[in-house]
Amino acid sequence: MRKVKIAGVGLIRVSEYWDKPIQSLFAEASMKSMKDAGIDAVDKVYVSNMGGSLMQDQLNLAAVMADSLGTPGLPATRIEAGSASGGVAFHEAVQAVASGYSDAVMVTGVEKLSDILPEVVTTGLAMAEEQEYTAYTGVTKAGIAAMIHRLYMDLYATPEEVCMMAVKSHEHAVGCKHAQYPFKMSLQRAMSSPMEADPIHMMECSGIGDGAASLILVPADDEGVEVAGTAVSTDYTSIAARQDPLEMKAIKTAADRAYKMAKIKATDIDLAEVQDDFSINGVLGIEGLGLAKPGKGAKLVNSDDVDKEGKIPVNTFGGLKARGNPLGATGIYQLAEIAWQLQGKAGDHQIPDAKIGVAENMGGMASICAVNVLRRADK
Amino acid sequence: MITLKTGRQVGIIGYGAYVPMYRLKASEINRVWGGFGAPVEEKSVVALDEDTITISVEAAKQAVKRANIDPSEIGAVYVGTESKPYAVKPSGTIVAEVIGATPSVSTADYEFACKAGTEAMQTCIGLVGSGMHKYAMAIGADTAQGRPQDALEYTAACGGAAFIFGERSAETIAYLEASYSFVTDTPDFWRRSKEMYPRHGNRFTGAPAYFKHITGAGKALLEETGYKPEDFKWAVFHQPNAKFPINAAKIMGFSMDQIEPGLVSPRIGNTYAGSTPVGLAATLDVAEPDDKIFVVSYGSGSGSDAFIFTVQDAILEKREGPKMETFIERKEYVDYATYLKNRGQIIK
Repeated sequence: MRKVKIAGVGLIRVSEYWDKPIQSLFAEASMKSMKDAGIDAVDKVYVSNMGGSLMQDQLNLAAVMADSLGTPGLPATRIEAGSASGGVAFHEAVQAVASGYSDAVMVTGVEKLSDILPEVVTTGLAMAEEQEYTAYTGVTKAGIAAMIHRLYMDLYATPEEVCMMAVKSHEHAVGCKHAQYPFKMSLQRAMSSPMEADPIHMMECSGIGDGAASLILVPADDEGVEVAGTAVSTDYTSIAARQDPLEMKAIKTAADRAYKMAKIKATDIDLAEVQDDFSINGVLGIEGLGLAKPGKGAKLVNSDDVDKEGKIPVNTFGGLKARGNPLGATGIYQLAEIAWQLQGKAGDHQIPDAKIGVAENMGGMASICAVNVLRRADK
Repeated sequence: MITLKTGRQVGIIGYGAYVPMYRLKASEINRVWGGFGAPVEEKSVVALDEDTITISVEAAKQAVKRANIDPSEIGAVYVGTESKPYAVKPSGTIVAEVIGATPSVSTADYEFACKAGTEAMQTCIGLVGSGMHKYAMAIGADTAQGRPQDALEYTAACGGAAFIFGERSAETIAYLEASYSFVTDTPDFWRRSKEMYPRHGNRFTGAPAYFKHITGAGKALLEETGYKPEDFKWAVFHQPNAKFPINAAKIMGFSMDQIEPGLVSPRIGNTYAGSTPVGLAATLDVAEPDDKIFVVSYGSGSGSDAFIFTVQDAILEKREGPKMETFIERKEYVDYATYLKNRGQIIK
């Protein structure tokens, strides 16, 4: 199996693009990553997208997105794995290069949500849950997260301690040019915002945004940013079927596999991007990655350790909460940001001498999770 | 760009406003539906026997009185509204009849969502500016509809204002310097035939709709006339809630002081086609001679009409009678059930 590296990074700001179709967002990010890689053609395109079939009424999205690049004949595949679409698509793209089948692969995540009615987006998010027994009850994604959040508070942390996940993400987004909400948010403001699903406040939830992010993968050459480990895992889709609803086994299993492949331990990681679509999910992502012991994630978030100068900086460009969460594109944003960190191109967000970064991208309530480890190649 | 400037100068010679006395608080809506919104503090609600026509009549009568003219010389009465009591039968004919403008008069009802009133104003300005009519009356009035539990329920309110236009003279309260319209096909809010309530595109009604058109019309008119925001004493922006006009003012470079007199939506809600007109009426209530007023309406669908008026000395003698503030302060709170009854929203 060949080693794989990231040769190009391209993304657009997460925002509300009222005047652009999804094709334009896709093409803009894709062209940027190709330009960054210094190439004008790829062998294969992976499109990561969660909601296009519902939000844009668009099936056959791979062909439609490939069409926007203006190069007929391009092989294209759409990957949909709920909110984990980006991380899973990256996992597949890595294999295409590692196997030797492709020499230059583009993986572009894209999502357009802002011109869709909120109730449709809410329905779309719930569609990532198993339909017959879970989504069918009418529960929302926030509703499921609220149950987990409440249980976590009963056992391990105060509401404020969990809420700090959102506060920290906002702190890290300040100055980030591609962030949807690059401003500080106080704990008081978040805790006094209306309830989205008790005990989750509105300002503990990521918002709705449009975005596209793209990466170019090629065989590694001992320079730049390598893919050190990549893994995907699934779990019982219903939290009711799990032995411990607070143990996100899909995250843990994917992390274990990715670390094994990268030959690292959690303590070797210099920075992490976690799926903080709800504050509790960010906390559980930290625990799932092994950065904190079970029940200690919120304590870690409340320490300096996750800050820019800390032992393990988390969500260095604002995470889903502040950079934004364009669902199917989110996992690619996470990896693009880690790539910039390892390339030393993170500007004011730069973590000094960052060598290893990990991204945790989960779908449903961690019914599926992709964990990808990137490493700066030693020359 | 084509700026609307009349062949002969035209101005407002009389104006009147009316707001029904009943109020529904946002907190009462929250009590019923368990919500937490408060885009306005409270909104005006009609009595059982009030509708767009009665509101128009009240405003029109006051305008005629202030203009101090023979109403039979009014050559046009146009009512801009999206809540016509009759699907087919003009509201304008009734208003014209009541004020004594019939039969030598042109009447019509205008529809362009919330800017139907200012659209009627532009038509009247054109008719007087061309010399076709001596006087023309434009009314913007609504009894706006909001589906129960919808975001619009907080703001959809009742009220309106009337303006009589004539050739500029010493009798003119405020004369028009220029006007400009900015329109695109932007379906952010609509109500199809026979539907009881409008539908809307949530956040789509913001940046790509309200703000794009308000700033599109406003900035173009400023550019064309060479005026800057600081040249105006007052400004009025369409007020669908409390937040949008404040943000529009900030984007355009206007201060809170400039929009304060015309910003009535926090206290009466969004009177739709009456919204910008009542804002202008409230501003004329406090304006002094030589004050310049910048006005930009917005109607979903979408478009904005922008106007620049300059106030004349006649304002001091021609604004007797109840002011907008009188109507706003004259209020009686109703509960949610009474509100539904008064608005005809209880299906018997």
